[in-house]
Amino acid sequence: MAVLLLADPGDDELTRQALTLAQSLGEVEVVGSAALPVARAHIPELPGAYAPGAWATALEEAIDRVSPSAVVAPGTNRGNEVLAHVAARRDLPFAANCTAAEGDVLTRVRWGGSLLEEARIHSSLPLLSVAPHVLPAVTGEGAPEVDAFTPALSDSDLAVQVAEHVEETVSGVSLAEARVVVSGGRGVGSADGFGILEELAGLLDAAVGCSRVVTSAGWRPHTDQVGQTGTKVSPDLYIACGISGATQHIAGCKGAKKILAINTDAEAPILASADYAVIGDLTEIVPAITAELRKARSQ
Amino acid sequence: MNDPSGATSSLPPAARAVVIGAGIVGNSLVHHLAELGWTDLVLLDKGPLPNPGGSTGHASNFIFPVDHSREMTALTADSSRQYEDLGVRIECGGIEVARTEERMEELRRRMSSAASWGVDDVAIVTPAEIKELVPYIDESVIIGGFHTKSVSVVDSLRAGTLMRERAQEAGALTVAANTEVLGIDVEHGRVRRVRTTRGDVETEIVVIACGVWSPRLARMAGASIPLTPAVHQMIDIGPVPRFAGAKSAIEFPIVRDMDTNMYERQDGSGLEVGSYAHRPILHDPDEIPSVEEAALSPTEFPFTQDDFAEQMEHALELMPEIVGDESVGIKYAINGLLSLTPDGMPVLGETPEAGGLWAASAVWVKEGPGVGRALAQWMVEGEPEIELQSSDVARFHDCQKSVAHVKARASEHFNKTYGIVHPGEQWESDRPARLSPFYHQARDLGAVFYETAGWERPHWYESNAGLVEEYGVEGREAEWDSRWWSPVINAEHLAMRDRAAIFDLTAFCVFDVVGPGALDSVQRVAMRQMDVKHGKVVYTPVLAPRGGFRSDLTIMRLSDDHFRVVTGGAHGMADLKWFRDHATDAQVVDLTSSWCTLGLWGPRARDILAGTTSDDVSHEGFPFATFRTIEMGPLRVMASRISYVGDLGWELYVPIEEGARLWETVWEAGEPHGVLPAGIGVYGTTGRLEKCYRAFGFELDSEYDVVEAGMAWGKVKDEDFVGREAHVRHREQEPAALMCTLTVDDHTSSSGVKRYPLGGEPIQTRDGEPLVDARGRRSFVTSAGAGPSVGKHLLMSYLPAEHAREGNELAVLYMGERYPVTVAVAGSTPVFDPGNERVKAAGAVPA
Amino acid sequence: MRVLVCVKRVPLTGGRMVLTEDDQALETRHLGFTISPHEECGVEEAVRLVEQHGGEVTVLALGPPEAEEQIRDTLAIGADRGILVATDGGEWDPQATAAAIVAAVRAEEEFDLIVFGNESADSGNYQVGIRVAHALGRPVVTGLKGLSVEDGVARCEQEVPGGRDVYRVPLPAVVSVLEGINLPRYPSVPAKLRARSKPVETVSPERPGARLEKLRLVVPGGPGKQAEILGEGAGAAPAVVNVMRELGVA
Repeated sequence: MAVLLLADPGDDELTRQALTLAQSLGEVEVVGSAALPVARAHIPELPGAYAPGAWATALEEAIDRVSPSAVVAPGTNRGNEVLAHVAARRDLPFAANCTAAEGDVLTRVRWGGSLLEEARIHSSLPLLSVAPHVLPAVTGEGAPEVDAFTPALSDSDLAVQVAEHVEETVSGVSLAEARVVVSGGRGVGSADGFGILEELAGLLDAAVGCSRVVTSAGWRPHTDQVGQTGTKVSPDLYIACGISGATQHIAGCKGAKKILAINTDAEAPILASADYAVIGDLTEIVPAITAELRKARSQ
Repeated sequence: MNDPSGATSSLPPAARAVVIGAGIVGNSLVHHLAELGWTDLVLLDKGPLPNPGGSTGHASNFIFPVDHSREMTALTADSSRQYEDLGVRIECGGIEVARTEERMEELRRRMSSAASWGVDDVAIVTPAEIKELVPYIDESVIIGGFHTKSVSVVDSLRAGTLMRERAQEAGALTVAANTEVLGIDVEHGRVRRVRTTRGDVETEIVVIACGVWSPRLARMAGASIPLTPAVHQMIDIGPVPRFAGAKSAIEFPIVRDMDTNMYERQDGSGLEVGSYAHRPILHDPDEIPSVEEAALSPTEFPFTQDDFAEQMEHALELMPEIVGDESVGIKYAINGLLSLTPDGMPVLGETPEAGGLWAASAVWVKEGPGVGRALAQWMVEGEPEIELQSSDVARFHDCQKSVAHVKARASEHFNKTYGIVHPGEQWESDRPARLSPFYHQARDLGAVFYETAGWERPHWYESNAGLVEEYGVEGREAEWDSRWWSPVINAEHLAMRDRAAIFDLTAFCVFDVVGPGALDSVQRVAMRQMDVKHGKVVYTPVLAPRGGFRSDLTIMRLSDDHFRVVTGGAHGMADLKWFRDHATDAQVVDLTSSWCTLGLWGPRARDILAGTTSDDVSHEGFPFATFRTIEMGPLRVMASRISYVGDLGWELYVPIEEGARLWETVWEAGEPHGVLPAGIGVYGTTGRLEKCYRAFGFELDSEYDVVEAGMAWGKVKDEDFVGREAHVRHREQEPAALMCTLTVDDHTSSSGVKRYPLGGEPIQTRDGEPLVDARGRRSFVTSAGAGPSVGKHLLMSYLPAEHAREGNELAVLYMGERYPVTVAVAGSTPVFDPGNERVKAAGAVPA
Repeated sequence: MRVLVCVKRVPLTGGRMVLTEDDQALETRHLGFTISPHEECGVEEAVRLVEQHGGEVTVLALGPPEAEEQIRDTLAIGADRGILVATDGGEWDPQATAAAIVAAVRAEEEFDLIVFGNESADSGNYQVGIRVAHALGRPVVTGLKGLSVEDGVARCEQEVPGGRDVYRVPLPAVVSVLEGINLPRYPSVPAKLRARSKPVETVSPERPGARLEKLRLVVPGGPGKQAEILGEGAGAAPAVVNVMRELGVA
């Protein structure tokens, strides 16, 4: 029996990571993308605006056509959402953010990845989404046999759909896409304390981030928050200043290639996730780095 | 060495001393050790610096200088000075407010303590005056307060850092943070090394200054530091509109809402509300999480909000403007850990279990720097300048070290943090612990038991209640004065003076010094000549190096190389350690639990004793200050003819298991002579006060010398002893003060109630001027109590030399009023039976 | 309007996850509890809506009896009443959770809006709100960073690359929100005290069998990284700049 993969057209990378897991379960057929290296692609004809109910109906029709052994989707907002709709409609269990599956036993992430759960899914049709940035992505273009279809949508399928898109221009460097993030935690001490971080970030063309403690205290807006419930970042270098390294925060920055921790505490949990560390008072160290950078550039 | 944060230091292979714990105490200690010349010090902490995650890191950091304890007040005063010198002290003032009349009375008593200990910037203030100082208080819920201008807030973390850095700059100290102690090795009874996650350090001195973790560290060395981590709740609310422009951390006085066991203090734009009112929440040192496991810091536990509900209401009542403001949110709330001990005092000094292992635990921020200095002096010079007997780790008896006992007493004590604690107040929990063999007989006679050193001791006997009328003893009108007191005590006293009384003295600590070096060992400790005939009992001061008192006790010489030391239960364990520390070629064996003691005193004592024995108990046959074994029927009894109550009699010692039979024997023989049981109320207070006998911990401590105590009789022995040099010098000097006994001339208060001072009150001139001696010490009442046979209420006090003259008219400040007193005796002449004829009575033994 | 917010009691974790001996749960001996961050914002959002439009905020938690503490916390920031769906302390799978919530909701007068957090902090199942909406036959919009109600229609905003997607759904509806939709208020002392006397009703349904059955929990990874210490204090700055050069970001 085939495995059905629901593609998220908005996120090719995570879709390809999900394909990796799907392939481990069997022959894969895809719903919603014709660009993946699989044998068969089911392409639903849907209205232009995203409507989760419509996508759920499309997926259900594909399920009926293929009778798969399992349905897999990337753990994106839409992937999780559509699978949850199908699960609700069919009263099936749905396991979100899996990292592996074998038979009816799967592994999934909890606490934003700080903990793993092994679980058994009691279902003739397991619905699984795949945790982002755990598995490698399947590369390569494919030329699947394309099976276009028009799902029979009801009014209720379209009751919820994007009615409007409001453009917003982000000023400065986007946190999610920055190559360097200079991030501050409780140790920064105050809203004003971020001045030295902003100065360093300016030199490095970096985004400024922060921990949840900082947003809760009102020192920075939530848009700057890196963490399980904030932005998940993946820069080349993440500089964590005065951040102890609560699991909530690590969940947001572990995608960084390298982490530099600046902390008074050489035993702070952040050091177990960091590649480099400077021990000491960030109010002395951060300006010193800024000065050193300026000096290096002037030479 | 030059590693300020100590995060990556490597440890030296050996050190003069290793201090574990970089909180306020450890930092202060290394600073003062370096000041006193020690080098090669190591300071370890398992947490990071500057805030390693202990109690210093979340302390509320305020200091109220006045405490009823002289020791705590002195440590706090020294600490305040040190914080000031370090530039980390903000004086904001503080007000302890009263909601009840009983509390106002307590605040007036606080005025006395402040005057006694020399804190003068205090005043009783009215609700309106409080409102002026703290405009956001609702003055209608209070009836007054106690204002101390010198209350301050300090930065204890900064202070610790500065002190640590000074020791580092002096080249005396290596700091190692993030270094956990894995073991403390003890060899032949002394510490040898500390094993850590960064290697071993050889050392002969280890100091445990790690607060709530201390018991765990002590256990590594087989020692005991009896404390329990307990929770103190606090919340931070803000931002407070009134504090919006705050230029410093605190601009308004701290308010202690004494009757609700709470405090409120400004903290920048916020208000911190803390409480000691909730149920006691105790933890185990082994259960404190690591830095990584803890959500905040290891000693900031999750807030348990149900425990705080009532406190919020109290805070709302007192400060509705701020606490009732809907825009002011609760931003931070923790259950902070602090250390509680079984008696509420710190745990300081060298442990009796392991030589070289020192405790510096259960210390709050307000006394931290002072404790550091005092301990450094103790370690380097052998004696602190501030008397620390109430904090000595060696004070605990074994029964006081169990976790169950510590928790029971800590629980009981916790809610008394701001409590009104009567000087005579008794513990309720974990009793009875130690029972003398006379316990059941005493209980059957209606004994009212007080506790000392775990022992249940009859304080008076209800069976003697009839004597109150017989002797016409007056009661005390004021409830406070009569609390923990009974007129039966005075009646027992008078009956003893007429007939004879027996006393249960089993709480004595008894230890033998035996071996070839026994004589030299006791000579080294005792001020008086101990090379006496076998069978002599000697009462002697034990001096500290600077010539003050370390103890006073009696020593019996049993043979050439066998001495028996008898001392009070309360201080006995510290004495035991002192003797052991100074014993050479001799063993010091604790026999406290082997011997029980029955005191028999009164004019009929000899008649009674003679009725039980055919041995010679005549004055000639059994002189004063001798002891010997006599046979009382089938019992062999060690009888010692001394007295602490001023009457003829003996202390009778038998093995504990024969105690019940001893009581019966004496009781039967005594009945025809009218013997009665009498309690410690007589033995410890009325009997001795009439005789002007001093008591260690009251009149006698290391801050006063033998000459001042009026006890420098006889010549100084030739043999060397601890404190001899200083003592000789003291004899050559004019004493700055002299111990005096005063009588209260008029007890009547302004409201017409007769009042009776209980001890601790200041002695002043009739105009209310404090008496200060040439060494800056204030005069205060060291002991107070009735002198039933002289018909006066007696006060003992050191008075400046110029005031120490008989007939001098002075005053005592008690509960806010001055009462006239007169010096009855300057020196040690007893007010009752000045010729000591009773004690040394030679009265014939009837045939 | 009548708003229901569903919340979950979760531990406030520190820097290290420690499991119970049977690997079935987090060791919470040293930990405090809270509700999931997204839900904190959900409560705040509901309270703001009711402050604006009038009505009542009800908060529902499915969890052990101790979860009443978390309900009281929400009552202290402005919710009006609570429903505790009490469990024996064990974890319920998403289907069982949704079914219990649906049963509790059906026992109530209809809610105009039911608010969930986008996913819980601990188990992160991403589905309970959708299941509840489906069972009640209501529209559901997830992952909101903006919400307003006008004339019986909820305007829902999602943050997407380049801007915001806007949905308009008629009430009654179900939404799930993300942290950042607002900055939740701190409770005041009077509000805390009021919360103590607000009504919390308890129901105790039977626990159905799990279809997504937790077998055990695992703390991932080995001993973690061994960070290279570049130095101490300001003196480490040159070493830091060297690292930046090596990474090509300086």
